[in-house]
Amino acid sequence: MTSKTVTEGNPAAEDAPVSTGRSVFRKVFAVVGVQNVSLLAALILLVTVIGSQDSNFFRAQNLLSIGSAVTIFGLLAVVQTVVILLGALDISVGSMTGLTSVVSAMVFTSTSQASIGMLAALGAGLACGLVNGLVIIYGRVNAVIATLATLAAFKGLAQIISGGRSQGYTGTDPVFTFLGRGQIGGVPFLIIMLLIVAVVAHVVLRYTSIGRNIYAIGGNPTAARLAGISINRYIISVYMAVGFIGGLAGILLTARTGSGQPVSGSEGLELESITAAALGGAALTGGKGAIPSTILAILLLGVLSNGLTVLGVNPFWQNVAKGALLLVAVILQQRRAGQRAVGLPA
Amino acid sequence: MTSKVVIRGLTKSFGPVHALRAVDLEVASGEVLALLGENGAGKSTLLKILSGDYATDAGTIEIDGRPVVFRGSPDSKRAGIRVIAQEPEILKHLSVAENIFIGGLPLRNGLYIKSYVEQRAAEELARYGFEEVVSPATMGSDLSPAQRQIVEIMRGLVVSPSIVAFDEPTSSLTENEVTALFRLIHQLRDKGVAVIYVSHRMHEIFDVADRAAVLRDGQLAGVRDLAETTENELVKLMVGRELSEMFTRTRVEPSQVVLQVDGLVNEYVDDVSLSVRAGEVVVIAGLIGAGRSELARTIVGDLSRTAGTVAVDGIEITSHTPRAAMNAGIGFAPEERKAQALLLKRSVRDNTSLAILDRLTRMLFVRTAMEREVVLGIVERMRVRTPSIEQEISKLSGGNQQKVVLGRWLARKPKVLILDEPTRGVDVGAKAEIYAVIDELASTGIAVLVISSELPEVLGLADRILVMQAGRIRGELLRADATEEAILSLALPISESAEESHR
Repeated sequence: MTSKTVTEGNPAAEDAPVSTGRSVFRKVFAVVGVQNVSLLAALILLVTVIGSQDSNFFRAQNLLSIGSAVTIFGLLAVVQTVVILLGALDISVGSMTGLTSVVSAMVFTSTSQASIGMLAALGAGLACGLVNGLVIIYGRVNAVIATLATLAAFKGLAQIISGGRSQGYTGTDPVFTFLGRGQIGGVPFLIIMLLIVAVVAHVVLRYTSIGRNIYAIGGNPTAARLAGISINRYIISVYMAVGFIGGLAGILLTARTGSGQPVSGSEGLELESITAAALGGAALTGGKGAIPSTILAILLLGVLSNGLTVLGVNPFWQNVAKGALLLVAVILQQRRAGQRAVGLPA
Repeated sequence: MTSKVVIRGLTKSFGPVHALRAVDLEVASGEVLALLGENGAGKSTLLKILSGDYATDAGTIEIDGRPVVFRGSPDSKRAGIRVIAQEPEILKHLSVAENIFIGGLPLRNGLYIKSYVEQRAAEELARYGFEEVVSPATMGSDLSPAQRQIVEIMRGLVVSPSIVAFDEPTSSLTENEVTALFRLIHQLRDKGVAVIYVSHRMHEIFDVADRAAVLRDGQLAGVRDLAETTENELVKLMVGRELSEMFTRTRVEPSQVVLQVDGLVNEYVDDVSLSVRAGEVVVIAGLIGAGRSELARTIVGDLSRTAGTVAVDGIEITSHTPRAAMNAGIGFAPEERKAQALLLKRSVRDNTSLAILDRLTRMLFVRTAMEREVVLGIVERMRVRTPSIEQEISKLSGGNQQKVVLGRWLARKPKVLILDEPTRGVDVGAKAEIYAVIDELASTGIAVLVISSELPEVLGLADRILVMQAGRIRGELLRADATEEAILSLALPISESAEESHR
């Protein structure tokens, strides 16, 4: 055995600080981050391939429709990133969206007030989030299991109150119509909504003590607790924030489709939101991740989905593609974290 | 005597930390080699390389004259090596017999038969003289630290290895068990096994070993024949300087009591009362498992209690949460730096300001300029060696990480500091710096409570020493009266029956 035989098993040496960063590339990498550079590269590659196959791809109409299409799962991906930063997961987001969609449409139908319908949906979302948080903390239930249970329960609730059918008709209400199809300065309102939520989440995470404490809890809950951070309060608040955004997503789903949808349009949103967060580099072990990267991943997923449709790929393949992408994203993450292939993954 | 194991130029680093640098070592069959060194000197790393848990960066290992490369612990086991862990992994839901034979349960006619496995375990225990200590049917969860250690030792021996390494096996054993263990080691030696014996306890090395190899800061400081050396020479090799140079204690006249603990009771501690005065350093000594860390965590409200009070400056902390303790002026640096204190993926800045963010915000927004200033001040005061405060903390050495953890609490200007094993996994140089910082903090009037397992450290730092055993404070020693022997005699279990009645 000579010195060259063994360099494995020492991940720390590989990420040693880059001290002589003379090349421009390295500086770009340092500022933008490896994750974002790879995401951008993938996005450019994808756009080039799809664009060369279909010239309609680059038309403004198509680009804006991609933007609108990603909004609902994009909103959920943003809050999912925050949950993942805490070191948890919320797989009930899709059911929550379906439930709040039904609530918004049915309350609107019975009161004829869009604002009351929307408030009811947001309230229902907050309640769902509160339930998730309470079950996790006081029931001591693993976050995945807890939200798996509520995924089923929320979906069931949505089906019970709607009788399993789409409910109400919001297509004639000006507020709902604006939310679903309105534009400000040529930009769909849906896209603006997503941007607002993303910017707020980014600012909170990056510049406030709340955000710093969220990173701390996800990075090392014991250290956070010993530093006087009320972990329970943060977990409940983050899950309620997810509920609130779930309510918003439900309202937008109602607005886009013109009626309350218990299942259609919301099923599978948990997969998409988690895929976007993981693809954006949010570590599933917590404490690492950022909103801008998630936004890039959302765009990538949106373009991929649109491209596959434009290219006439059988839509069932899209699910395979999404699943594969989630696996690839996590596998890359684990490789980079230097996990050894022994036993169940951490 | 031919060498069973020959190690040449063994080198291993973790990021910037050189755990081992070009270490040469030989162990012969039928020999007991003691491996000495302070915490962080590289002993554990060496053992982990032998057990196949770590890959080497450079260097060779030969067994019976043939070079070997271990790609994992199965390789090492196949080569006949067993490393007996200091803190063994015992499966709680399995019996002692099953724990001993784990990975290779003895079968009869191809079947697992409980009584047969237990009978075989009883035979093995009797063979090595431990039949009195633990019975084969006991469940893993019911074992005392000493019994766990015996089970771990038996695990290593049932496969008849040719090389056995013990990692501080006596740290939780009573005198009788130690005697039995030494008899066992000599039995192994006489059968031609090569034994490596890691320990801190100087006097027992002379009882059990033939030669001693001393590691210091990852390098081999020297190998001595134990018949031709003295304790003092070995200590000097270990520390690299006179012990007295490590510690600087500026005595200040301790004034009023700052931390007052009365009658704490819970699952881990039994009616513990203590007090620490301003400017005083009180060290809690004791064996692993004596309840010292749990006491600290109970004081800061991280573990719940059934009775007892904690007061700072005479004011009782009524809410039993870490947050309340922190707001009352207690800072707590826990035992496991990486698992309990550090945000490994975050910067030095984030780690330093973690406990003072509430003081650095305006309308929830962190005032970054102010934060920078505070953190730079702490980094300078603690002499943290880092290229920048934006450096990810996992890239720093253990000593510098520990300084950041202490700095985190210093930034809050605490009245009481509780430091659990503040120099664990820290190199000798950084150790001296941490001792200097502790001294400086005490001299500014902070009440310091230290938990330490290293006797030289206990003796060097303390104004007063409290010795814990089985969740109770067994005795108090003033600095002037304290000796290693006095501490150990208080720390060891009084008798088996006393331990039984405690459980």
